[in-house]
This record gives sequence, structure tokens and C-alpha cells, in this order.
Amino acid sequence: MALMRLTSPHAHGPMSTQRVMQSVLLATIPGVIVLTHFFGFGTLVNILWGSIVALACEALALKLRRRPLGFYLKDYSALVTAVLLCIALPPYAPWWLIAVGIASSILLAKHLYGGLGYNPFNPAMVGYVILLISFPIQMTAWAPPRGLGELPGFMEALQACFTPAAYDGITMATPMDLLKQNNSLLIKDLWGQYPQFGRWSGRGWEWANIAFLAGGIWLLYQRIFTWHAPVAMLVTLGLLAAIFYDGGSSASGGSPLFHLLGGATMFGAFFIVTDPVSSAVSLRGRLIFGALIGVLIYTIRIKGNYPDSVAFAVLIMNFAAPFIDYYTQPRTYGHRNKRAGE
Amino acid sequence: MRKVYDFHGGIHPTENKHQSVRTPIADAGIPPELIIPLSQHIGAPARPLVSIGERVLKGQMIAEALGFVSVPVHAPTSGTVHAIEDRLIAHPSGYLAPCIVITTDGQDEWEEHGGVSRYQTLETADLIGIIRNAGIAGMGGAGFPSAVKLSVKADVQIQTLIINGTECEPYITADDILMREQAYEIIEGTKILQQIIAPKDTLIGVEDNKPEGIAALRAAAQGTGIEIVTFPTKYPSGGEKQLVEILTGQQVPSGGLPSEVGVVCQNIGSTVAIFNAVVHGQPLISRITTVTGDSVREPQNFEVLIGTPVQYLIEKAGYQSEKNNRLIMGGPMMGFTIPDTGVPIVKTTNCLLAPSETELSTPPPAQACIRCGMCAEVCPASLLPQQMFWFAQGKEFEKLEEHNLFDCIECGACSFACPSNIPLVQYYRASKSEILQLRHDHEIAEQSRIRFESRQQRLEQAEHDKEAKRAARKIAAQQRAEAAQESGAEDPIQAAIDRAKTKKAAQQQTSLGDESEREKLEKAVVSIAKRLATATSKLEQAEAEGSDLVGALQTGVVKTQQKLAAAEQALKDCEQPPSTDSAEQRPSDAAQVAIERAMQARTIEASLSPQEKARVDLEKLQNRLIKSQAVLTQSQENAEQEKVIEALESTVARLTEKINALQQQLSAAEEA
Repeated sequence: MALMRLTSPHAHGPMSTQRVMQSVLLATIPGVIVLTHFFGFGTLVNILWGSIVALACEALALKLRRRPLGFYLKDYSALVTAVLLCIALPPYAPWWLIAVGIASSILLAKHLYGGLGYNPFNPAMVGYVILLISFPIQMTAWAPPRGLGELPGFMEALQACFTPAAYDGITMATPMDLLKQNNSLLIKDLWGQYPQFGRWSGRGWEWANIAFLAGGIWLLYQRIFTWHAPVAMLVTLGLLAAIFYDGGSSASGGSPLFHLLGGATMFGAFFIVTDPVSSAVSLRGRLIFGALIGVLIYTIRIKGNYPDSVAFAVLIMNFAAPFIDYYTQPRTYGHRNKRAGE
Repeated sequence: MRKVYDFHGGIHPTENKHQSVRTPIADAGIPPELIIPLSQHIGAPARPLVSIGERVLKGQMIAEALGFVSVPVHAPTSGTVHAIEDRLIAHPSGYLAPCIVITTDGQDEWEEHGGVSRYQTLETADLIGIIRNAGIAGMGGAGFPSAVKLSVKADVQIQTLIINGTECEPYITADDILMREQAYEIIEGTKILQQIIAPKDTLIGVEDNKPEGIAALRAAAQGTGIEIVTFPTKYPSGGEKQLVEILTGQQVPSGGLPSEVGVVCQNIGSTVAIFNAVVHGQPLISRITTVTGDSVREPQNFEVLIGTPVQYLIEKAGYQSEKNNRLIMGGPMMGFTIPDTGVPIVKTTNCLLAPSETELSTPPPAQACIRCGMCAEVCPASLLPQQMFWFAQGKEFEKLEEHNLFDCIECGACSFACPSNIPLVQYYRASKSEILQLRHDHEIAEQSRIRFESRQQRLEQAEHDKEAKRAARKIAAQQRAEAAQESGAEDPIQAAIDRAKTKKAAQQQTSLGDESEREKLEKAVVSIAKRLATATSKLEQAEAEGSDLVGALQTGVVKTQQKLAAAEQALKDCEQPPSTDSAEQRPSDAAQVAIERAMQARTIEASLSPQEKARVDLEKLQNRLIKSQAVLTQSQENAEQEKVIEALESTVARLTEKINALQQQLSAAEEA
């Protein structure tokens, strides 16, 4: 009788790469709903169009690299990249902006390095930064949140995406911009003067952040990633904000809550910093990785030229990940020294 | 309550233990044939003591231990030795190995044996001797000879004796059922071990998923001072290193033994076997094996004779081969698939797992590593599996060793956790054996290098010794000569040299005859002929290529031809036997010869008709023309002085003129 020969282990856990990617996609849903509620259908249209472009780019790259299409498309990694980038893009972005961003992410940042698992930088953030540097005007045109302007309907959102010339939307400075440009008003007065500010942070933004936080906590519960990097990043960011809050003076950097629930903080912490491929691997390494991202985010937010800084902070730390890994190797069982080989 | 510690990593696979503990241990019975491998343990194989056709009794030693790290083998039942030959055994690589095959007679007739119920009276060495002679090797999986494990050096103080009742692998319940049914034997066996080792603490470590077994042990251990320690279920807490850490908080040093941290471990099954050996005098001839999986109708534990073929055993449990996708010996985490159902159960076989495809599905193709680090999280050795995978793919063995590849216990937790289905353990296993092979090769190369170098040194030494002897002889001879001179006698060396010289001179004289002369000439002819051949071939080549060198080469060829002719002539002259008159005629000077030749030529010339004469002349002129042309082209090539070239050109022109004139003359004469 012919018996199958296989090596141990014969049992396999429930986790699969598809499941990891699907879970990440599912976890973005609350955030996307909140974004849609406050800023209209722009983000949804971004995601729809971006996903199509991403799958096309992925298929093209796989074909050029002579890889089986079905097997690799099924890992959902291209979709995750697309959804994450499209959430980060301003709603009502023109179609070509999205296409350029996605193509940069999938083709440049991912497949040129060898595809899934080989990319040293977070593909979505590479795409984002390429767009931000190349098209700063389109990339900083955020729609006003619900209550401060007319929200376009779904058809209008489609029109904004595919016939951008015919669409005349209004944009408004984001709370991050306002705080950065402020140099004369006390925080309290600033809040009073601009309706963009909400309860703790930006109107709409704070709820989007809470929604992404909820998605992130669900992912943690699902053991998709460990708490180390996101918590380290949030704690560092919160601490720095507390230190430089300055009692809400005109030179204040903003309150810890403003930073934690403002901009792309929670989205970054749970969906970008946790990207396994481009982050540090050891647990201590992830703590350092996350904490340094927190430092960079705060520094760039306060001192840099761009209003928000998650993308830059993450990319800079992507450079450092192998270095961090090298110095944070765990002590092997039965060995005295921490670093391997000593 | 004793404090228990946690170890890094670990996983929680589905336990699947309940299926096989619903019924008590069943007796598997006596199969018609038993196949007993001579090596069922770590160490040297046993040496057969029986011959083919011999009748053996149950419990009779049929192969003896060979060396310290080895154990003997006993007949599991009575019967006759059918064969001693290589059979397929239970090994991941599907090896054939020497086995004793016994045809059973069904009488199950014991050899005379007896135990010592008052083992307290026995010396430690005697106890260890009984355990060794009973053929007991670790029954948890590795099969390390128990007697060796228990022979702790006198200077090592053992703090803790640990009986391993963890059984962390899914599906397996052999130890669990033993705890439930034979708690008394376990405790008594533990007492024997206590007597041998004299530890401060004796602990039986059991995972908390075996409440019945724990309760039975607690009841049996009452008042003995043996502690039953339970801890949370987590794979692989039954690994020796992990269990030591759980119970003592200490880690066994890398590459070391538990005794280095004052611990000795024994498996539950081995403990019962030790009890049976000491108290009942029964060697290890059977064991408890779990037969389970969706492809058997009645999963349960069997008491199986060692050597029972797998086929016989699984049929007892209601094997459904059509549902089965692979047969695993051991558990789903560390067990290995067997190639054939004919392989025998051995001392280390704790489980036979016959899963269905839905139960343990065929692994899908591996996807890319996304560096998620789940493998590093679950690694009980705190390794970095994803980095090691990277290095294993690139065959970077140095890096692998730097990352402590050899601390990997191959528990399979990393592969289990990997979302991309990468068979990580397989990579480590392959790398390990490749590294071991390389080390082996390197060792052999090193040995041959050393051998070569020492040989070289030996030869040099011999040469040196010879030289020294020669020098010593010379000095001695000189001294003798000096002594002789001083005493006025003739110098013997000088005399010898003189003699040799005279002899040589005489030889030369005689050999200076025609023989050597002829040889010389022959050689000359051969070498000139060779030169001619090369020159001609070069010339042909040059002509074919239309090279500028044609002229020069032609001259060369002509000259060589002449030389060859001369040499041949000389040889002929030499070969002619020196007849009396030619010897007389032999001219004393060269001039005479030239004159004679010229005269000869003239007479020949004179005998020619004018036409013939003209032809000869023409030929000569043509030859000269060729020569002059060759010289001319050569000097043109060499860019010699213009005067020279001019002179040569005029010579050529003159010669051409003459030839033309002669030709005309000749043709006119012919017409006439």
C-alpha cells in the first residue's frame, strides 16, 4: 500500500496569510464607515477604483514575473495595499492620482523588490509619499467634515473622481494644518475660532481615529499582530504631546488627545506600523520600532513642513528595521548571552 | 503548591486526546510474526545471541548490549527464530536495518525469571545493572538508554528527579492511560529511581489536561513525599528542556545535559518498565501504544509486544485504509510517516496516528514569508525561525549556526503557526544534516592534510638523515686518507679516482669508431628531415594564405633540402664498408675531393648534347633567379639600404634576361 510520506509537523494552525489579510481588510470597515459618514463617499470611491487598479497592477506584475496569477492574487495583499493607501488619500481625489499612487505602491515598492515579503518599505506609504511630493495640492485638499459644508452624494463623488475638471468641490484646512500654522492664539481660542475642531481633536477625525482604534483592537484580539509596535508608538506620541503641551499656550504642540485622535494616528498605529514585512520582527525590536515612529511623528508634525507625518515616520523607520532586528535578537534557550552567536 | 514557571513560546493545537481514553488498555495479543530491530535506542545496536531456527522463550535475551550506550533486546514471546536479516523499520528515512524475526508459537512461555520485591536492599549499581539488562530505553520518544541516564557521576549532586508525565503532543494518551491504570507502579518505579539518584525533590510533572491521571497519581503518592506538579497545557511542555524550565525555572545549558542544573528526567513509561524489571524481573518486551485518528473505528490504547507489525496492530483498532491519507508513528507534531504497514512497533512507539484527509489535510503550497514573526513568538527555544528560514534558503550555514540552529528541538511549533504554510522544520532539519555532513567532510579533509604533512615531514627527515650519513662517511674517508698520507702510504681515494679515469679514457678510445660517427650522422639526417618537413608545411601554408613570407620560406626550404642531401651523402659515405682500395683512395684533403667532383661534373657535362646542356643551364639560372628574388623580397621587407635593394633588383633583372635569352635559344634549337 502506498502511504503518503510527509515530514512533521503534520498538524497546522488555523492561521493563514489569506486570513491575516482578510482580517486587516475587515478591520478597516468601521474606520471607512466613519470617514464616509463625515466626509462623504469620497473614500469609498477611492477604495473601489484603487482596488481595481491594484488588482490590475498585481496581475500585470505577476504575468511579467511569470508567477501563477490565481495563487498569488488570492493572498489579498494587493487589496490590502490598495485599501490602506486609498483610506490615506483625500476623499474626491482624481482617478489619475489614485492610479499613480497604486501603481507606485504595487509595481515600484512591492514587485520591483521581489513581491510580497521582500519589500523593505511599506508599499502603501511609498505610494502615499510619492503622491504627496509630486502632487502636493491635490494631496492636501481635504473636504470639510459633515456640518461645515455640503457633502456630495455618491454620483457626485464618482464625478469628482473620474471627471475632476468638471467637479468643483470645496476644501478646508484640516485641524492639523490649523494647529501648525497657529502662532498667536491660545489653544482654547483656536478651538473657538475654527469650527474644524471637535471635542478632543478634529471634527470627524476624532471619530475616525476611534473607529480605527476599534478595528485595531479587534485585530489584536484576533492575534494578527502583537501589541508591541502600536502601543509603543501611541505611548511615545502621547508622552511627547503631554511634555510639549505647554498648558495650551499659543506655542503649544497640542494636547495628547489631540495627537492621539488626530490625523492618521490610529490608522497608522494599527494598520501601517503593524505591517509585518517592513517592520522589526523581534518583540523588543517592535517596541523600539514603534516608539521611534512615535517620536518621528510628533517631531515632523510640530517641526516639519507637512501637516501629518505618519508616512514619513514609518518609511524612515523601515530603513532602521533590519538594524533594530540585529541588535534585539532574543536570548536562545540555554544560552547566557542575549545576542546570537556569542 | 510548588511554583511553576513558564517557558517562551508554545502553541495550543487541538488536543484530540479524548478519542483514545474511552476504553481501558487492551491487549493487542500475539501476532504470528515479530520483527525485532537490534537498534531501538540511541547508541550502538545490540549483538544477536541466537541463531536461526533456535527456539526462544518469552523474556530471553536475544541480543546483548554492545558498549556502554546500548541496551539488550529480549524475545517478547516464545517461538522460533525465523531469520536474522535486514527489514524495513520505523524510521523517517525508511531504512532497512538488522532485525531478529521470530515466528511465534502462541504458548507465550516465559523464561525462568524473578524480581526483588524488597528492592531497598539492593545496591545502586545492582539496580542500574537490572535496568540495563532489562533493555530499558527512554520510552517518550528519543530512546536514550535509561541506565546511562541514571549513571550520574559521583561528584554531580542531583537536586531534582523529574518524572515526565506531560505528554504534550496531541492525540497521544499512552502516558495518560498509564497514570490512570498503573499509578501504583509509577509511584513504586519512582521510588526505585529515588533510591538510585537520591534527589532532594521528586516531582511528577503533568499537564492540567489529564485530571483523572493526576487524581490517580495523587492518591498513589500519598505519604511518599513525591510531588505531583501540574501546569497549564501548552505544547511542547513535555520537551525535556521545557519541562526542566517549567518545574525548576532553570534552563539546561545549550548542548548540555539536565544533570548540569541538578536534574534527572525519566519518562512515565520508562518508570513503569523499571518497576517491572526490578520487582518482577521482566525485561522491556511490551509497551503501551495509542492507536488513534479518524481512520480507525475504535481508537484506544494497546499493550503491544515489541516487534508487532503495524498492520496487525491497526487492524485490531478497526483500520479503514480508504479513509487514511498517511500513517504517522508518533504524534502530529513530531511524529514521522511510515512507508509501509509492515514496519514493527519498537520501544519508542508511543502512538500510531491514522488520520483522514479532513483531519490532517495535505499541506497547501507554501506562500511567501511575510515576516509576521508568529514563528518567533511560538518558538520554545527563543530562536528567530524566519531569519533562519532566510539563511537556510541561501545555504548560509555560518549564519545559521550563529542563530543557534542546533538549539532547535524540531518541535514544529513554527511550522504550525506559519500563516504561509512554510515547512520551516524541514528547512532546519535539512540544514542541520548538511552542516553535519560538511563538518564530517571537513574533519576527513583535515585528517588527510595532517597525514600528508606528516608524510612529507617523514620523507624530508629521511633525506636529511641520508645526507648526514653521507657527510659523515666523507669526513671519515678524508680522515682515513689523511691518516694514510701521514703514515706515508698511497692515498687510496686518489688511486681509485685514477683507476676510474684510465678506464673511462680507454672506453672513449674504443667507442670513437665508425659506430658513433654513423649514429651522429643518422641523427643529423633525421633532424634535418624534420626541419624540412616543417619548413615545407609552413611554406604551403604561407602560399595558401598569400603571405609575404613566401619568398623567404622558399629559400629556407631550398637550403634545407641541400643540407639534407649533404647529410644523406655523408651518411652513405660513412655506411659504405671501408673496402681496401677505397681506404687507400680516401682523400687526405678536401681540395682533392672538390677537384675530383668538378672533373666528374665536367665529364658528364661533356657527354651532354648542347640542348641538354642548355637545359641544365636554364635550370641553374632559374634556381638562381628564385634565390635572388627571395633575397630581394626579404631585404625589401626588412627595409634594407636602397643600394642593396637596387643591386639585388638589377641581379634579378639580369638573371631574367639571361633566362629569356636561353629559353629563346633553346626553343630555336628545338625547332631546328
